[in-house]
Amino acid sequence: MKIAVCVKQIPEGSSRIDPESKRLDRSGEGALNPFDANAVEEALRLRDAAGESEVVLVSMGPARAQDALRKALAMGADSAVLVSDEAAAGADLVATSYALSKALEREGADLILFGQQAGDSDGAVLWAAVADRLRLPVVSQAAGVTHENGKVTVKRQTEFGYDVIEAPLPAVVAVSDAINEPRYPSLKGIMGAKSKPQATVSLGDLGVEPERAGEQGSRTEVYALGDPPARGESKKIEDDGSAAQVILDFLAEKRLV
Amino acid sequence: MSTLVFLEHHGDELLKGSLGVVTKAATVAGGDIAGVVLGSDVRALAEGAGNFGAAKVYVADDPQLEAPLSQPRVDVLAQLIGDQGIDTVLFANSVLAADVAAGLAARLDAGLNWDLVDLTQENGKLVGKRPALQDSVYVDVGWTSEPRLALFRSGSFDPSETGGSAQIEDVEVVLEEFSTAARMVDQAHEESEGPSIEDAPVIVAGGRGLGGPENFTLVEQLAKALGGAVGATRAVVDAGWYPYATQVGQTGKTVSPKLYIACGISGAIQHKVGMQSSGVIVAINKDANAPIFEFADLGVVGDVHEVVPRLTELVKQRKGG
Ligand SMILES: Cc1cc2nc3c(=O)[nH]c(=O)nc-3n(C[C@H](O)[C@H](O)[C@H](O)COP(=O)(O)OP(=O)(O)OC[C@H]3O[C@@H](n4cnc5c(N)ncnc54)[C@H](O)[C@@H]3O)c2cc1C
Ligand SMILES: Nc1ncnc2c1ncn2[C@@H]1O[C@H](COP(=O)(O)O)[C@@H](O)[C@H]1O
Repeated sequence: MKIAVCVKQIPEGSSRIDPESKRLDRSGEGALNPFDANAVEEALRLRDAAGESEVVLVSMGPARAQDALRKALAMGADSAVLVSDEAAAGADLVATSYALSKALEREGADLILFGQQAGDSDGAVLWAAVADRLRLPVVSQAAGVTHENGKVTVKRQTEFGYDVIEAPLPAVVAVSDAINEPRYPSLKGIMGAKSKPQATVSLGDLGVEPERAGEQGSRTEVYALGDPPARGESKKIEDDGSAAQVILDFLAEKRLV
Repeated sequence: MSTLVFLEHHGDELLKGSLGVVTKAATVAGGDIAGVVLGSDVRALAEGAGNFGAAKVYVADDPQLEAPLSQPRVDVLAQLIGDQGIDTVLFANSVLAADVAAGLAARLDAGLNWDLVDLTQENGKLVGKRPALQDSVYVDVGWTSEPRLALFRSGSFDPSETGGSAQIEDVEVVLEEFSTAARMVDQAHEESEGPSIEDAPVIVAGGRGLGGPENFTLVEQLAKALGGAVGATRAVVDAGWYPYATQVGQTGKTVSPKLYIACGISGAIQHKVGMQSSGVIVAINKDANAPIFEFADLGVVGDVHEVVPRLTELVKQRKGG
């Protein structure tokens, strides 16, 4: 079985939007989107349970995103493909899903996994757009995935409790951050990652037309940045052993105890 | 403007979130609001939307739409939007609606803005308000083409009754093969087990930061001392640490107690929407950068295993217990 995992590099720590370009500032350090570590972990488990299987990472982002891919390779993924192109900058859901689906088409994976959300954009939507472009079944919010006889069975939480959904492969599945505990890369994994295949492809390589890429291929725009509504007084303290007393005093002052 | 609102239902009720979006749409776009209900045996349901401002409700009534799966709905909506020349499609966020909206965005190459908390018309242009980066910045967003798709954050608008009635129009259901490949084996039903936390005056909620299910005794003891109930995040519910009935957030309960104490909870948006209207919010988290501190009235950077039991002791002492 071939499993593709879509992963993203996001800015490390707290991020900012550049007031000039109105895009997320990606100039600082980058990290593997933490929610995608769950997708990688799930792929590794499914791979190892199925035997004779491989896990390929698929990502779109700046060239430096290879660093984030290396971390997922160190966890145990087998190879990585990064779609990287100046013309891809500023892509929204429409443009990103198009480019990624073109990259995924080339991989011909049996199962395509996504993380729960990109920690920078909090969309939690990309999988459904990619699945539609690939004309594959999709199941999201997976809190459990099993694979048997050419199909996946997914347990997912909705607003009403838990559904169980089945889909034939090839299929797209987005996993929740509670599905597993991602492993830490071992030293051996980290060393080994350096020699694993990490390809970079351009939009041209994938046959993505320039007018369907990046800002040009996007259908949404940002007009202005503003401050959040003012909030009431708030207080933040560091526990030095007295925090419980501070909380109690605060509750007493508010007449809550 | 020709606006369509995706009306989601569960059992034989339209969801309050969808009706809130109808009400909002009617104030932004004027009278020309249509709704669409997709499901099996849903015609009677559709009529109810008239009372919230929908002039027309399209009904896709087909056994193949019985299960709340997104892909068949994308097929029907894509057809309807094209046939009717609809330029704006609005969704109240939900697990189902998000997947429908994103599938539709790809199918129609249409812009989707998500997590909106407001929508206005400015000089004839539709502008959405989207909190971003843990709600630290509010971004005005728009669309460069039609149709425009928008997903609204849970709980953004309350429905209000207009006393109107809607004209009902049936739509054809033609589905793609891949759209019907996923199959609902067991659909979620209303959870009847477990404690009710909606009316509790105090909620002490635990998240993954507790470290394991056994440590829920810490929040249980604090809740007991304060005369409150215990809440949980999805992460710990999905992991089987605590029952679904206690989950607070987008796919759990919406609560507004006088006091909400978050223990080892990061404060993800999906959790926040379920508890942000609490009277007073206290958060204990060992990561000083946790998003929960952005909306807590009192934030304590500390270890729950130390702070929570000590607080329980102090509360008990004060109450003379
Ligand atoms: C469609 C959708 C719907 C969702 N619905 C919901 C919902 O209804 N409810 C919900 O809660 N979530 C929901 N989520 C999930 C949400 O995005 C988060 O993943 C989830 O809320 C995280 O739970 P958590 O805070 O327990 O875990 P984490 O995000 O892992 O946070 C744990 C926190 O504990 C802190 N911590 C660790 N150890 C300690 C310690 N010893 N002392 C103090 N602090 C410590 C850490 O610093 C961290 O901030 C939904 C997500 C999606 C995509
Ligand atoms: N640029 C990208 N490249 C590859 N995968 C991505 C990218 N952006 C998002 N994803 C995947 O899509 C999921 C949901 O992202 P989003 O819908 O943007 O919140 C993430 O958890 C990743 O698995």
